[in-house]
Amino acid sequence: MGLAGLILRDVRKAFGTTPILDGVSLETGEREFIAFLGPSGSGKSTLLRIIAGLETADSGQVLLDCERIDNRPPGERGVAMVFQAYALYPHMSVRDNMAFGLRNARVPESDIAERIADAARILEIEPLLDRKPAQLSGGQRQRVAIGRAIVKSPKLFLLDEPLSNLDAALRLRTRVELAQLRQRVEAVVIMVTHDQAEAMTLADRIVVINDRCVQQVGAPMEVYSRPANRFVARFVGSPAMTILAAELVPGDGPAKIKLGDGSEIATRVARDGLPSGELEIGFRPESVHVAADGPIKATIILVERLGERTLVYCQLADGTPITAEDGGMSALAIGDKVSLAIDGTRAHLFGPDGTAFHASASI
Amino acid sequence: MRDRRSLSGFAFVAPFLLLYGFLQLYPLLRGIIISLRREDLFGGGHFIGLANYTELLGDPVFGQAVLNTLLVTLMIVPPLTIIALLLALALNNATRSSAIFRGLFFSSSVLSVTIVTLIWRFVLTPDAGLVGEALKAAGHAPLPFLSDAHLVLPAIAITTIWWSIGLPMILFLAGLQQIPADMYEAAALDRSSRWTTLWKITLPALRRTTLLVVMLQTAGQLQLFGQSQLLTAGGPGGASRTMVLFIYETAFVRWQLGYAAAGAEILFVMILMVTLIQYVTINRDSEGAR
Repeated sequence: MGLAGLILRDVRKAFGTTPILDGVSLETGEREFIAFLGPSGSGKSTLLRIIAGLETADSGQVLLDCERIDNRPPGERGVAMVFQAYALYPHMSVRDNMAFGLRNARVPESDIAERIADAARILEIEPLLDRKPAQLSGGQRQRVAIGRAIVKSPKLFLLDEPLSNLDAALRLRTRVELAQLRQRVEAVVIMVTHDQAEAMTLADRIVVINDRCVQQVGAPMEVYSRPANRFVARFVGSPAMTILAAELVPGDGPAKIKLGDGSEIATRVARDGLPSGELEIGFRPESVHVAADGPIKATIILVERLGERTLVYCQLADGTPITAEDGGMSALAIGDKVSLAIDGTRAHLFGPDGTAFHASASI
Repeated sequence: MRDRRSLSGFAFVAPFLLLYGFLQLYPLLRGIIISLRREDLFGGGHFIGLANYTELLGDPVFGQAVLNTLLVTLMIVPPLTIIALLLALALNNATRSSAIFRGLFFSSSVLSVTIVTLIWRFVLTPDAGLVGEALKAAGHAPLPFLSDAHLVLPAIAITTIWWSIGLPMILFLAGLQQIPADMYEAAALDRSSRWTTLWKITLPALRRTTLLVVMLQTAGQLQLFGQSQLLTAGGPGGASRTMVLFIYETAFVRWQLGYAAAGAEILFVMILMVTLIQYVTINRDSEGAR
C-alpha cells in the first residue's frame, strides 16, 4: 500500500487571484514511477515544485514516507530533483557538482567519494568527473544532473521534463536508460512531461493534469483505453482520438449511435448510464479502417506513411475531420474518396460534460 | 574577383577606420612625436630624443604625481568594487523599494564633476561642512580634509567613490541577473546555506564581472583629474596632484607641450598594462571554463 510513498492531500495554489491548482490529492506506491502528464500551463510543474519545496502550497499537505514535508525547507525533504535545463553549477567540476549537496549535509568525505564513484559507474560518466559542465555535451550534462540526484540517495526523485532538451535520437536512448535506472533506485520517481509517449513508456501510473485538477490517475494502458473524460481521450494517444457529434438511436441493448451523415454505429457502451442531452463518440485511428464496403464516405486530406502502417486524415461530407488507419503499403493519395469502416466495439461515448463512457467489460 | 570582394569589405569598414585613424591613431602617434621634441604651445621646437623622458624620471614633482595617482587609485578601486557588489546584492530583487534605491544610487553618476566637487566641498569644509559638524557633535575637532596633506587623498577617494558607484553597481546587477534562477533552486535542494550559496554560487558566477569592474575602474581612476583640480588644485603642496593634473599644468600652464606629452605617454603605457592584464586573465579564465 502507498503509505511509504508520496501522499498529496488537497493541495491548492493560486498566484494572486489566478488559481493554479485546485485541490490535488494523490497517493503513490513505495517505488512507483509516476508521470505528471499535461499540456503547458496545466499546473503540473507547479505541483512538482510544491513537492520539492521551491513553491509553497496555499493549503494542503505533502507527506513522504509517512512524514509531513510541506513545512520543511527544500534541502531537508529527502527529495532530489533533475532540472529541465540541468542547473549544473558551471564553475564546479562534475565531481564537485555531485559532492556539493553531500558536503552541505556534512556527509564524510570518504563516503562522498564512494557514492560519487558508484553513481559515475552506473551512469558511465567516470571519464568526465574532472570536467566542467561547459565541456560536456547535452546528453552528458543530463547524466551528471541525474548523478547529482542519485548520490543523495533520496526517497523521492523529481524529474522536470528530463528529456525535453535532448535531440530526438538521444531522447529515445535516454528514455531507455531512465527506465533501466529506475530499476536501480530505491525511491519514488515523479516525472513531469507534456509528451504522452514518454509518460506511457516510462511510468507505472500516469497522472493526467489539466485545468488545475487531476483528470485521471491510472496505468498507461488504462488511461489510453479507458480515458476518464474527453480531455484525457484527446490528450493521450497520437494522433489524437477522433471525436464526432453523435445521436443515440432509441432501442434496447448497448447504445447505438447515429452520426451526422446518417450512418449508424453499434457500440458496446451500456445504454443505462448514459446522460440525456447531446452525446459525442470517439474512436482511435486503429479502430477506423479504410474498407471498400465501409458505410462512411470521406475525402482524404493528408496521408502519413509510418512504414508499418499508414495514417489517413480524412474529412466527412459535412467537413468533420476523422483519422483512419490503413496498411503499410497503402496506395491512397490526397483527394481520394474512400469508404471507412468503424469498429464500434472499441468506441467511447462522451456526455455533455465530457465524462467518458466505455464498452462494458462484460459484453 | 577576390580584389573586388576585399575592396568592398574595406568600403564597409572605411567609415570606422577613418574615424578611428583620425581620432585615435593620429593623436596617439602625434603625441609620441611631440614627446620626443622640445615644443612650445605657440609653435617652434626641435627633436631632442628621449630627453623629456629622462628628465621626467628625475622630476620629483612628476614622481609625486605618479605616487599620488597610484595611491588614490588604490584607495578608490577596492572599496568601490566591494560597495558596488554589496549594493547590487542588496538591490537585486523586483520590489519597488529596490528600484527606487537603484535609481538613487545611480543618480550621482549623472552629475558632472563640477557639481560633485561642489557638493563635497560643502560636505568636507571643516568649519561648516557636514562631516565637520558631525565630528563636532561627537565631541571631536573637525578635520581639515582639503588642507591636510594626509587627508586630502582619502577625501578625493571618498568623493570619487560616491560619484562613480553607479556604473559598477549596474554591472554587478547585470551579472547577477545572468545567473539562472534554477541554479539557486538546485542549491536550495542541495541544502546550501545563504552563506555557502553566496560564496560557492554567486561570487564565482560574478568572477568575470568583478574583473571587468576592477580593470575599468583602475584604468579610469589612473586618469583622475577633475576632482583633484576642482577640490584642491593639486594642493596642499602637491599632495593631491595626479598624473593628468600634472600633464595639464605642464601643457597649459607652463606651456611645455613636449614634456607634458612624455608624461602622457608614460600614463598611456600604465593603462595599457592594466588592460593587457585584464585581457590575458579573461582569456585564460574562459579557456579554463570551456
